[in-house]
Amino acid sequence: MSTQDIILQQLANGLIMGSFYALVALGYTMVYGIIKLLNFAHGDLYMVGGFVGFLILSAISGVLGESWTAIVCSMVLSMLAVGLLGVIIQRVAYRPMLTAPRLSILITALAVSMILSNGVMSITDGEYLAFNTDLGFDGLDFGNVFISYTQLALVISASVLMFVLYFFVNKTLYGKAMQAIAIDQDACKLMGINVNRIIALTFFIGSSLAAAAGVMAGVYYGSLHFSMGFVIGLKAFTAAVIGGIGSIPGAMLGGLLLGLLEAFGTQIPFIGSEWKDVFSFGLLILLLILKPTGILGKTEIERM
Amino acid sequence: MSKNNTILELQNVESCYGKIKALRNISCKVGAGEIVTLLGANGAGKSTTLRTISGLTPASAGKIIFMDEDITAKQPHEIVEMGLIHVPEGRRIFKGMTIQENLELGSFTLRDDRERKKRMAHVFDIFPILHERRNRDSAMLSGGEQQMLAMGRAMMTKPRLLLLDEPSMGLAPFLVKEIMRIIIRLNKGGVPILLVEQNAKVALQLANHGYVLETGKIVIQGSTETLRQDESIVKAYLGE
Repeated sequence: MSTQDIILQQLANGLIMGSFYALVALGYTMVYGIIKLLNFAHGDLYMVGGFVGFLILSAISGVLGESWTAIVCSMVLSMLAVGLLGVIIQRVAYRPMLTAPRLSILITALAVSMILSNGVMSITDGEYLAFNTDLGFDGLDFGNVFISYTQLALVISASVLMFVLYFFVNKTLYGKAMQAIAIDQDACKLMGINVNRIIALTFFIGSSLAAAAGVMAGVYYGSLHFSMGFVIGLKAFTAAVIGGIGSIPGAMLGGLLLGLLEAFGTQIPFIGSEWKDVFSFGLLILLLILKPTGILGKTEIERM
Repeated sequence: MSKNNTILELQNVESCYGKIKALRNISCKVGAGEIVTLLGANGAGKSTTLRTISGLTPASAGKIIFMDEDITAKQPHEIVEMGLIHVPEGRRIFKGMTIQENLELGSFTLRDDRERKKRMAHVFDIFPILHERRNRDSAMLSGGEQQMLAMGRAMMTKPRLLLLDEPSMGLAPFLVKEIMRIIIRLNKGGVPILLVEQNAKVALQLANHGYVLETGKIVIQGSTETLRQDESIVKAYLGE
């Protein structure tokens, strides 16, 4: 393989991982932006999304097979179900804690994370589940560089989801209300905005994006495990902070950067892929020292 | 139309911040077409009265009646939907968003996009400076422009009652005059106004009726003509 081939191959790999990170990071950053909560249960929603997608796929594969149609259907249904789960978690666990000290709600988020991961662990007996699809291994072959149709489809679906989100947040009144709540909740109430409803909507969107990433990961890796949300939760958090927590384009950029960094990091001589987490968290530490607000993080402008 | 032309009535309203009682036994009225002012020193409870009316700080006792409906237990967004609009202290515009976006959010309760555009045109008509800068970050506006934006944002809803909290705060004298002119124009357009002002001179000039608050209680009330002649008020607030 020539250097150019390696670069192209790693670019493809990096973009795929980056898409997963970005989708999960979006939920992190949106929830943080709106209620200043680091939702540690977010990675577990990604995991639950994968499992729910698996259940739905098993249920409908009798009719639709394990084709693209079936997978897209399971992804959409899983997004709806997990989105709803996110709203319920917000209503039951977080809303009563909003006026409590920051630390209490953070600990609540950790508790929710444990309930979700341990819940799935006890249901699955801690076993790996095989996520079978009959997508095959076809793809685009550029000599030494190979990109499967599955990989291509994942990157495209992730891009579509992100584009829809970007449009929603910046072009619709509900999206603008979401941004406004991050700036001033009381003022939003005085505009006639039902703040609790918009917060619930934010959880719905964030959770369903995580679920989409979870189903994609199931398709991509072909297996599911209850612990799969933990590391990606940390990575997505890192991506969100790199991009500037609270910023939606920042989360997308941070996710893609992190994916690319990990992909290329494994190509450095004498350093294997087991070091990729070191790159991610090393970058996080470096960034926190050099630019704590993240790449696209805002510095507040105050004028009286 | 309301009975006796009363738009808003507070009956023995109390309000607390934690264990501290901020309002005691507040009763007051705003009639159709009126400008009513709340006067008082810092911390007397003027802003709290407005926050209690708009539901941001729920009343702990008493009754608030708006257009013959009890709104005491309503959520702020429900109260806004009824047409009671509160322009809060410090303007509270959405910094980081453009002027146009701020105005759009002002019409959040409105579903009709054409109506939204019409009202925005009306606001731009009153405040041409906002039109000129509609795509700029609202954080870059001067204090006076921010106040105009806050008032324009409130007008996007077609208010049936406006609560204005310190509209002249921190503004240069010529801007205070400008804001006063706009308040009069809004009122002439049929919008009753409950006005909180530190600047008692301005407030007594604009209003028909006034209430003076001291440590959460109403101590004096009357038509502004009588208030202007009240010795204690002249001494305490007009500095003459």
